[in-house]
Amino acid sequence: MSKNIVLEVEDLSVDIDVPAGQLHAVSNLNLSVKKGETLCIVGESGCGKSIASLAIMNLLPRRATLTAKTLKLEGLDLLSLNEQEFANLRGDRIGMIFQDPMTSLNPVFRIGEQLQEVYMEHGKGNRKEARERAEFLLEKVGIVAPKERLSQYPHELSGGLRQRMMIAMTLMCDPALIIADEPTTALDVTMQAQTLNLLKSLQKEFNAGLILITHDLGVVARMADRVMVMYAGYSVETGTANEVFDNPTHPYTQGLIDCIPVPGKNKPGTRLGSIRGIVPALVGNISGCMFRNRCDLSSNKCERKNVPLKKISRGREFRCVLTPEEIGTNTLKLETN
Amino acid sequence: MDQPILQNNNDTPALECRNVSQKFMIKTGILSQKQPLKAVENVSLSVNRGEVIAIVGESGCGKTTLAKMLLGLLPPTSGEIFLDGTPINSVDIFDIAKKVQPVFQDPYSSLNPRKTIESIISLPLKVHNIGSEIERKTRVEKYMRLVGLPKRLIHSYPNQLSGGQRQRVAIARALIMEPQILVCDEPTSALDVSVQAHILNLLQDLRAELNLTYAFISHDLAVVEHLADWVAVMYLGRLIEFGKARDLFSEPKHPYTRALLESVLTPDPNQGLPEITLGRGLPNPLSPPSGCYFHPRCPEAAPDCSKNIPVLTKKKNHLVECHIYK
Repeated sequence: MSKNIVLEVEDLSVDIDVPAGQLHAVSNLNLSVKKGETLCIVGESGCGKSIASLAIMNLLPRRATLTAKTLKLEGLDLLSLNEQEFANLRGDRIGMIFQDPMTSLNPVFRIGEQLQEVYMEHGKGNRKEARERAEFLLEKVGIVAPKERLSQYPHELSGGLRQRMMIAMTLMCDPALIIADEPTTALDVTMQAQTLNLLKSLQKEFNAGLILITHDLGVVARMADRVMVMYAGYSVETGTANEVFDNPTHPYTQGLIDCIPVPGKNKPGTRLGSIRGIVPALVGNISGCMFRNRCDLSSNKCERKNVPLKKISRGREFRCVLTPEEIGTNTLKLETN
Repeated sequence: MDQPILQNNNDTPALECRNVSQKFMIKTGILSQKQPLKAVENVSLSVNRGEVIAIVGESGCGKTTLAKMLLGLLPPTSGEIFLDGTPINSVDIFDIAKKVQPVFQDPYSSLNPRKTIESIISLPLKVHNIGSEIERKTRVEKYMRLVGLPKRLIHSYPNQLSGGQRQRVAIARALIMEPQILVCDEPTSALDVSVQAHILNLLQDLRAELNLTYAFISHDLAVVEHLADWVAVMYLGRLIEFGKARDLFSEPKHPYTRALLESVLTPDPNQGLPEITLGRGLPNPLSPPSGCYFHPRCPEAAPDCSKNIPVLTKKKNHLVECHIYK
């Protein structure tokens, strides 16, 4: 195993007990993140992208059960850790940034106290060192007058500033892996670009692995080194950003890319591509391709048990019974319609 | 002061605002006096029948307040709104509702969870006392078909529907009064991309079929470019640029509009992240900056910009409020 690999996940599945039976939220997920690399997990709501990230951090709800062959952070086997050991890891080696900075910051504590707490809790140093580290990082995230900001409460800051605070907090202990779950969804468009820029440059500077979870294909295209497209708990396509966007292989990825209005591409007044049907229920016995009911190319082959991931090249995989040639490009078909 | 208006042709516009302002009195502390917050300031807009006007801007720019005024839910503090040439304040709220209907952002909270789809869609008819029980039901079925909802869902409850289906219910409810104008406030931002595409396609089909006029409020400029004929850009309650969508997207004049357009992340992996030089977030709307409201964030601000408020000026059927583009 290469020394550069921060996170290694093999065969991760998460099942959740629901009244109707077992809900297969994540099925047989494989992923790895290198130092300084950005992996974007993209998919629609309910595809399991957030559950997968919670599984890595051991923050799953109690009704959920996790199974995995490998789950390693910097070579450390996460499956063997107990709750306390995990708690020591979170905030230290794994940093987290959630969607809504208002709910992830504690409203009754000053920003400074919250930033310092992370540092001191993990035994990195005393209060004074923590304060210095906090000031240093606030400057890094582009906050003017960091000393004054540290004594403010979260409600005194705008959404963009709060998300910067969250980024600074994540970096307090110099984590190996940052997991950001929809970090800019709650922000305005102008703030979004600035926050993403900041996140990307700091991640490179601190040489951390980044898992960015989002539904926004625009964010994925601009941020990702590698992309994983998830559908109904399965990863259906992986590759570099260029491979996935220039040459989408899985019918779902193709459909998803057709759905987004792109300035300059779609002439005003034309119809957008769309995917018919809805996401299937993931409860009980599920088998075959999860996308078959919505796919234009489905046949009875697709009902076969467990469609395997097929490898196109190194790091480039897709999950479909057809070959890339058989799938072709739906995009062309839609345009002639 | 009267703001200039773009006149497309001699038709009476379906919807027109003339110098509309909305002021809220806000208490900032227990002992402090109420202060005025100008949510919308002197905005003039017009849109013709069958056209789509998009109102864009960051959160807090007054776009939703404007929508509420267009719906007749909030009387403007000053200025007038005209529906088909008649001032809205002289029209009964029931008659406004027959002409203008809303579609809201979140179909999870805008539908009553304890009512069936039939009673949700037919409620406007009941309120307005239109038709008998049977006539209402046929009309509900007609509009469910029109928005692409299967008939079997008529007795379902909102929680049994997907997000896209719920938004279709909201659209059917808006359409059942056969209005001329739909005010859509971020109708797709709570939806997944594949569902968003369905709803946008539906809105376009309905527009062609029923000759509807849309006032479309959104922060997603890619969606706006796809749908709109006219685009109005708002900043801190002021209209700062207004023009044909084509012109505005190909040649944005105001620095803020340009920054907004640059912030749009198209799914193109060959382009990096845009460098936005807008600086800090929105200033406090209770004490807006002197001069041009945008000057503290403007990359092109000149000394003059902090002194005088620029005038909205018309140039080739395009309105811009900026000192630099006079």
